[in-house]
Amino acid sequence: MALAYVLIFLIVGSVLFHFISPWYLTPLASNWSTIDLTLDITFWVTGAVFIAVNVFMVYCVIKFRYNAKKRAEYQPENKKLEWWLTGLTSIGVVAMLTPGLFVWNEFVNVPEEAHVVEAIGQQWHWSFRMPGEDGRFGAVESRYVSDDNPLGMETDDPDGQDDIIIISPNVHLPIDKPVKINLRSKDVLHNFAVAQFRVKMDLVPGLITYLWFTPTKLGMFEILCEELCGVGHHTMRGKVIVDTQEDFDTWLAEQPTYAEVLARPVGDALIGQAQYAVCATCHGAQGEGNLPTHGPKLAGQEAWYLRRQINYFKEGTRGAHPDDQFGQEMAPMAATLFNDAAVENVIAYIETLPDMPAPTTITGNIEKGEKIYNVCGYCHGVDGEGIAALNAPRQAGMSDWYLATQLKNFRNRVRGAHDDDMYGMQMTMMADILQTDERVNDVIAYINTLPRPTEQLSLAAREND
Amino acid sequence: MSDVAHDALDFAPPAEVEEMELYHPKTWIGKYVWSQDAKVIAIQYGITAILIGLVALVLSVIMRLQLGFPHTFDFIDPANYLQFVTMHGMIMVIYLLTALFLGGFGNYLIPLMVGARDMVFPYVNMISYWVYLLAVLVLVASIFVPGGSTGAGWTLYPPQAISPGTPGIDGGIILMLVSLVLFIIGFTMGGLNYIVTVLQARTRGMSLMRLPLTVWGIFMATVLALLAFPALFVSAIMMLLDRLVGTSFFMPAMVSLGEQTSYDGGSPLLFQHLFWFFGHPEVYIVALPAFGIVSDLLSTHARKAIFGYRMMVWAIVAIGALSFVVWAHHMYVSGMNPYFGFFFATTTLIIAVPTALKVYNWVLTLWRGNIRLNVPMLFAIGFIFTFINGGLTGLFLGNVTIDLPLSDTYFVVAHFHMVMAVSPILVVFGAIYHWYPKITGRMLNDTLGKIHFWITFLGTYAIYFPMHYLGFEGLPRRYFSYGDTEFMSASSQDLNAAITIAAIIVAFAQIFFLVNLFTSYFRGKLAGPNPWEATTLEWQTADTPPKHGNFGDELPVVYRWAYDYSVPNADLDYIPQNVSPSDLKKPTAGQQGEIEN
Repeated sequence: MALAYVLIFLIVGSVLFHFISPWYLTPLASNWSTIDLTLDITFWVTGAVFIAVNVFMVYCVIKFRYNAKKRAEYQPENKKLEWWLTGLTSIGVVAMLTPGLFVWNEFVNVPEEAHVVEAIGQQWHWSFRMPGEDGRFGAVESRYVSDDNPLGMETDDPDGQDDIIIISPNVHLPIDKPVKINLRSKDVLHNFAVAQFRVKMDLVPGLITYLWFTPTKLGMFEILCEELCGVGHHTMRGKVIVDTQEDFDTWLAEQPTYAEVLARPVGDALIGQAQYAVCATCHGAQGEGNLPTHGPKLAGQEAWYLRRQINYFKEGTRGAHPDDQFGQEMAPMAATLFNDAAVENVIAYIETLPDMPAPTTITGNIEKGEKIYNVCGYCHGVDGEGIAALNAPRQAGMSDWYLATQLKNFRNRVRGAHDDDMYGMQMTMMADILQTDERVNDVIAYINTLPRPTEQLSLAAREND
Repeated sequence: MSDVAHDALDFAPPAEVEEMELYHPKTWIGKYVWSQDAKVIAIQYGITAILIGLVALVLSVIMRLQLGFPHTFDFIDPANYLQFVTMHGMIMVIYLLTALFLGGFGNYLIPLMVGARDMVFPYVNMISYWVYLLAVLVLVASIFVPGGSTGAGWTLYPPQAISPGTPGIDGGIILMLVSLVLFIIGFTMGGLNYIVTVLQARTRGMSLMRLPLTVWGIFMATVLALLAFPALFVSAIMMLLDRLVGTSFFMPAMVSLGEQTSYDGGSPLLFQHLFWFFGHPEVYIVALPAFGIVSDLLSTHARKAIFGYRMMVWAIVAIGALSFVVWAHHMYVSGMNPYFGFFFATTTLIIAVPTALKVYNWVLTLWRGNIRLNVPMLFAIGFIFTFINGGLTGLFLGNVTIDLPLSDTYFVVAHFHMVMAVSPILVVFGAIYHWYPKITGRMLNDTLGKIHFWITFLGTYAIYFPMHYLGFEGLPRRYFSYGDTEFMSASSQDLNAAITIAAIIVAFAQIFFLVNLFTSYFRGKLAGPNPWEATTLEWQTADTPPKHGNFGDELPVVYRWAYDYSVPNADLDYIPQNVSPSDLKKPTAGQQGEIEN
């Protein structure tokens, strides 16, 4: 009998849980109310079956429990009953399938007026492209992808010159305009999913896949990768920001075309040298880094990373958090580089500085650190050399005390949690595995054992001999 | 009514099969290690599968620790988390469930239930086990190679499975694929045996429509496996070539962590089609034996003929056939041609009809029965409840439109655990409580069995029922952690913590089961030949446990179907299959002792 009571409890409990529990679909923010409707129909049909069959089973368990004096009924089959049940089940199946197929037909056929946006996936980032004024995308080819050409554009294709290039995981869309998202992957499978829009689709290298929807609510919606794509899978995030048409147009105008990307200014190291005088006070005349002034080593850090961080400091994306004391000191300094050219010039100068390994100031358990670094190495390289394509800066031979501060900042969301810090969230999620300062020191102690830049040079020289 | 299969006819056709010559080993090693006796092989399969399954159970607890209490345990990181996920899934599906149902229950029950002395090819059967063991050892070895086991997810999707960025691409994935190839080789040898034995070695009078549903389930599952595993076999070989030789079967022109690769022209989707051409029937390779076994448990313990036997047989056959035309419902959002969605959604929902019919017939077997709620029966009813839930949520995912929001979320995880993890494993437990007395001659302890049932049944429901709602909310699967995702409620983390606690309790509850298995072997109550008063042939053997050769001097002759329970006007409420109508008045062996419920 206990079984019967427990089953009743489970049936009632399940139904109550469904209606009371706070966990359910996120509020819809697209045209796909029909998906929710199909889901509701399925809930009603399956819910009815769930209750009916289980209640009948409970009835049997109670009513026909063992009695040594009784015999069970001998009834091998009842064809009529079985055909009735088959018929009823078939009706239920048709009731669920029919709306499903109608809605799928809508999903498969993109409305003609939809505008097209391309979403490009890679381990573990999103970027986007829009077709520009001519309405046509320029040709792309997987073989053209490189650090300088992250989207694999065919440089000479006239259709591509006006393409809008969005090297950022954040994309804006106008409200109430149907949009077709063409999906392209540079490396492995990914999946473009926005919970509030309801639709999702895989990205497959070698194919262009698609999905479409009409955003119906203003606001920010997170893009999640939902096809396992490696160690950084859970951190592969992006954002769709749904704007009014006006705001969207303003945003769009700020985005560079491919022609503009190609024409970006090249830094002049000579001019940059003069500007660097300001930096030298803290970072050292040779960019070697200086612990007492909290200026980390710059020499040997790659240009793309310096550029992004200087701009973050200028915009207030970095150095604005109240707990980031040294970042706050850096912000006004970065402001002295008043335009893009100035930034490029100073970076060009830093690139000429000699790359001497920074002194080690942190000790820890190297063996434990190596285990932790196993994860870091996926992005930052097994030798901590940094991988530009993954937006992962170099760590080996850089100021170790600075790494320690930044790892703690990421972990404590002092850095990386700002809405405009495009790749910071990823590092905050990864820094979560450094639960204690001891583990921070361990991993840095291991990084300190990685080949130093001079050692790397001499290694390379020896291999060339 | 003369064609009705369950009619008992006082007639047995002449022997079609000659008495089998068995190899009788002289040494202990020949009897228990290099054994050709299907029953010993079954136990070898069973013990190996349960041991490796315990590894997978521990892995699941580690995963749950991270999900429930993120970043509390410093030995779990994003890389080894994926390795735990992958190994848990692969072990549970292939090395535990498939091996246990077919290699374990198949080997033990098929010859006994069809009235054969042994499998038709005992030597091949022996090799089957040893190749399986080798596959398990290679799988375990993959954990210990540099870089560890693969973290590609149990689906092993390329390009990611063999590209940098995924853990275990050095040795782990290679050994994983080698292990799968070995498993399939070993299984093929066993599988051919099961099929030929069912078709060729049935005793006199055992027509196909008199077979117990257990045999039908295992038989059909084996047919599916023999047709489906080759798809996985070629996938594994091709992926090995892609990984080792640099071919491009599944690898397109692509970049990898910022570097150009030399791959070109391969198709990641081709792998998915091949994988799921195997993978979907695999669901039924696990489910059909469970369906068959649970039918027999219900009938025996409800003292009532299985309801609609012929419909049940045809449902098994129909489900088996349909399971080959639904595979791409795993790929609705894979980027395949979206028009496939119409076809596969339709076939998928059609398969719900025979499956629902089976559920109705199980419940209708209880109806007007005389239900003994002993431990195997508790597990059987627990199975029905769990399977109804898991089957119904399949209608969400199978309906292509609803798959859009739910695919790749925890709804999927909850669904497939309900339907092909918890449901079959409840049947496994029920079956072990049911047949342990025949295998060892002793009963399992009832109290320990009930504790085991209640914690496992309620615990798994507590784990997986709420988990569906995490999926509705949009929590993706295979995530190490969720970070500060705005649309996810803070309370979803609390729910994850609760699920983890339930999972730990369920995991520990298995100790009751293991202790019971071990202690009852020495101290359990003596069972007698037929403690459940069942009709099928394995309960009518001369010895318990049955000796090599199963049936003493003479093979039994079958006069009736497997479900003559509570036949009107019979003395007892069951008539074994080997009792002829003219013998009915005489007493049969082993019917003493009522079982209390």
